[in-house]
Amino acid sequence: MSEKYIRRSSQIAARMLGGEMMIMSVKDSTFFTLDSVATAIWQAADGRSSLTEIVASKICSQFDVSLETAVRDAEVFVQELAGHGILQISDRPIMNAEQTRGAQ
Amino acid sequence: MSLLAEMNQRALHFGVPLSVHLDVTYRCNERCVHCYLDHDDHGEMTTAEIKDVLTQLSEAGSFLLTISGGEVFMRRDLFEILEYARGLLFNVKLKTNGVMIREREAKRLREIGVEQIQISIYSHRPEVHDAITKLPGSLKRTIDAIRFLRAQGLKVTIANVLMSENFADYAGVIALAKNLGASYTVDPTITPKIDGDRSILRLNIEESDLRQVFRDPALVDDVEKFCAPPPPPGEDVMEGYPCSAGHTSCYISPYGDVYPCVAFPLPSGNLRQQTFLDIWHGSAELKQVRSIRAKDLTTCSSCAHVGSCSRCPGLAYFEGSMYGPSSADCQKSFQRTGIPSANMLRSGQGQRSASGPLIQIQPMDHSVPMVVSSWEQNNLTA
Ligand code: SF4
Ligand code: SF4
Repeated sequence: MSEKYIRRSSQIAARMLGGEMMIMSVKDSTFFTLDSVATAIWQAADGRSSLTEIVASKICSQFDVSLETAVRDAEVFVQELAGHGILQISDRPIMNAEQTRGAQ
Repeated sequence: MSLLAEMNQRALHFGVPLSVHLDVTYRCNERCVHCYLDHDDHGEMTTAEIKDVLTQLSEAGSFLLTISGGEVFMRRDLFEILEYARGLLFNVKLKTNGVMIREREAKRLREIGVEQIQISIYSHRPEVHDAITKLPGSLKRTIDAIRFLRAQGLKVTIANVLMSENFADYAGVIALAKNLGASYTVDPTITPKIDGDRSILRLNIEESDLRQVFRDPALVDDVEKFCAPPPPPGEDVMEGYPCSAGHTSCYISPYGDVYPCVAFPLPSGNLRQQTFLDIWHGSAELKQVRSIRAKDLTTCSSCAHVGSCSRCPGLAYFEGSMYGPSSADCQKSFQRTGIPSANMLRSGQGQRSASGPLIQIQPMDHSVPMVVSSWEQNNLTA
């Protein structure tokens, strides 16, 4: 299994509301909410950290779940977000990231 | 319930101003006959002040940001403001007449990630549109702008305000919107001037025209349902809030004044004197607006339409009391269903209202000129 790197798209709008992250794709206006686990992954998606590193530091440290299971679940989730243009996925670090300030 | 509606309920629960309408200027390059604004600059917020307001709004949890005017492109710092707002991850909708948008501006709007652009068109015929905007050549420039925006893949909504001058042309504007790949929204709303001057209300369309609008399948997706007599209001209706103004949304003027809504000119604080959150949580005016339930309304609480009326508390306030009826909405309810409102019965049958008809009809999606009534958006329940 090759390592994956994820980066938040700059073509989204996002805001925290009552513990959930609202995200809207400004390209096609699809609207999502992410729970706290998904939010933690999304916020850490800086293009430099690998998905395994993100899951280990943000998920396994806080939730009682094995790294293998959590990474498998996270892969499904990031594929879905990538399908809507909300995340970019790559086999290597995405260094030219246009970073936006984090959602409040 | 859609996910966005669920978020609105959640925002209501947490007292979050989810949607904010910010006018960055009242200056304009058009002089529309029906415009309610004074176009002078009385001391607009500077770029730094607007950025500070945007930062405060993002910290308060605001997400849906409408940037409007006046004509927004009259501000030389517009792109700087938009970039800053997008950096704070707002979902940005821009309202403009499009006259100053060429290829370069369209490209920048796409790069910045503006979600949607709303552009006013009054007619597909230049002689009618330009006579309303009083700017020769404006229709051509506006249509060119829509083409540039669409070529960038941006979503455009054509807003068509109806008046006696252009009522005959709305089918032409719907066809134009289709042709340009834009969605269409119709608004036969002429609101009084911000200073209370009601003279422009004479431009409103006739009652028979209003009836036609409500019964046109090109505008209303289910005419029978839309025009059906109102169901008897239940307890939930009487405990419901009139609309989102002051609950999950507010309006900020170019001078930093905060109001419950762009259509509700109740001054609630100024951002040059107080922080946004101090106003949002502490303003006596906003607290009063939030305290009102349908059961507290003087005439409307005994009206058959109370559960389905699009009653605008802003227009009611214009008419004298935020607890009172809005006769423009009484006309809408009457023309829609044929059933007179409590306000009409009280003041004498079916006369033309002082403020004329008001309709707020929103498109269901971006591609088809379909329309639903506004009451679902206007009647939030606790
Ligand atoms: S009903 Fe009137 S005051 Fe309320 S949100 Fe709509 S326009 Fe604003
Ligand atoms: S029809 Fe008139 S009186 Fe009845 S609820 Fe609407 S605004 Fe109030």
